[in-house]
Amino acid sequence: MFIPKLHIPDGFVSLPVSALFGLLSIAFVGLALKGAAKTLDDRTTPLAGLTAVFIFAAQMINFPVAAGTSGHLVGAALATVLVGPYSATLALTVVLGVQALLFADGGLSALGLNIFNLSVIAVWVSHFAIIGLRRVMPKTKSGVTISAAIAAYISVPLAALGFTIQYALGGTGTIPVETVGTAMIGTHLLIGIGEALITFMTVSAVIATRSDLVYGWKPTLEVRS
Amino acid sequence: MSKVSKRFYLYFFLASTVVAGALSFYASSHPDGLEKVAEDTGFLDTAKDSAVSGSPLADYGISGLDNERLSVGLSGIIGIFVTALVAFAVFAIAKRFKSGAKN
Repeated sequence: MFIPKLHIPDGFVSLPVSALFGLLSIAFVGLALKGAAKTLDDRTTPLAGLTAVFIFAAQMINFPVAAGTSGHLVGAALATVLVGPYSATLALTVVLGVQALLFADGGLSALGLNIFNLSVIAVWVSHFAIIGLRRVMPKTKSGVTISAAIAAYISVPLAALGFTIQYALGGTGTIPVETVGTAMIGTHLLIGIGEALITFMTVSAVIATRSDLVYGWKPTLEVRS
Repeated sequence: MSKVSKRFYLYFFLASTVVAGALSFYASSHPDGLEKVAEDTGFLDTAKDSAVSGSPLADYGISGLDNERLSVGLSGIIGIFVTALVAFAVFAIAKRFKSGAKN
């Protein structure tokens, strides 16, 4: 029994392209540090920290998806609905940093690639998907929970698309991008189902007990803005 | 912080501890989506070992600890405590930007 590697290792993508995504990630994480302040107060700050903790724990649970393949939670939509996109970016970045530095999961030079795909792409795709879905969903707790689950499903293949773009720009392998992209997105369309289910269950539990803490469930949110 | 909130946060943390410390042992050990794609399409050999691959916690285990259940479980619990420390520090810093903001 062992936990498989979860993230992009060093070597898959060239150093210059990895460095480029490292710079992009620093810029987005910097913006998230500034933006998160608006949503962080004495009540929601502990939830933001605990969201990072829960995502670290949940990512350890690889679930089987197809013959010989496993998937695991990203947690971007989950974090986004609970604490908002800025804090979600920070939470995912903390998780990726701890995994790369302490557990040797995800390369060090690849850290920017991983942060860009999971903390930036998956989080912001989730954010805009949730906004769009909430317009058509019933304005109920179930409506918010289902919106988050659908956003979770969408975020996974789009994060896989992020890797495909990075591979296209700086992949060190000789395999054509179309082959890699097709396989990545196909596999992650399956993994997304697990992402949606875990997101649905977790958001259901939190929103049932402490909806007042949930960023995506503030009936006043739309009125104020 | 109210008593109710404290209890809620405690449960949230305990749930994470159970997941990382106990359930993690039952995780699928098949390669994840990315690794499987790299293997099947044929670029897995371009992966390099991480510079910290010698970390005593590398690959979610504790080096030298032979009991796999203990090894993965303890590494998970260490992981959530470190994540908690770093995350609370980061969010404490992020929260401070509020007082320094222009408006």
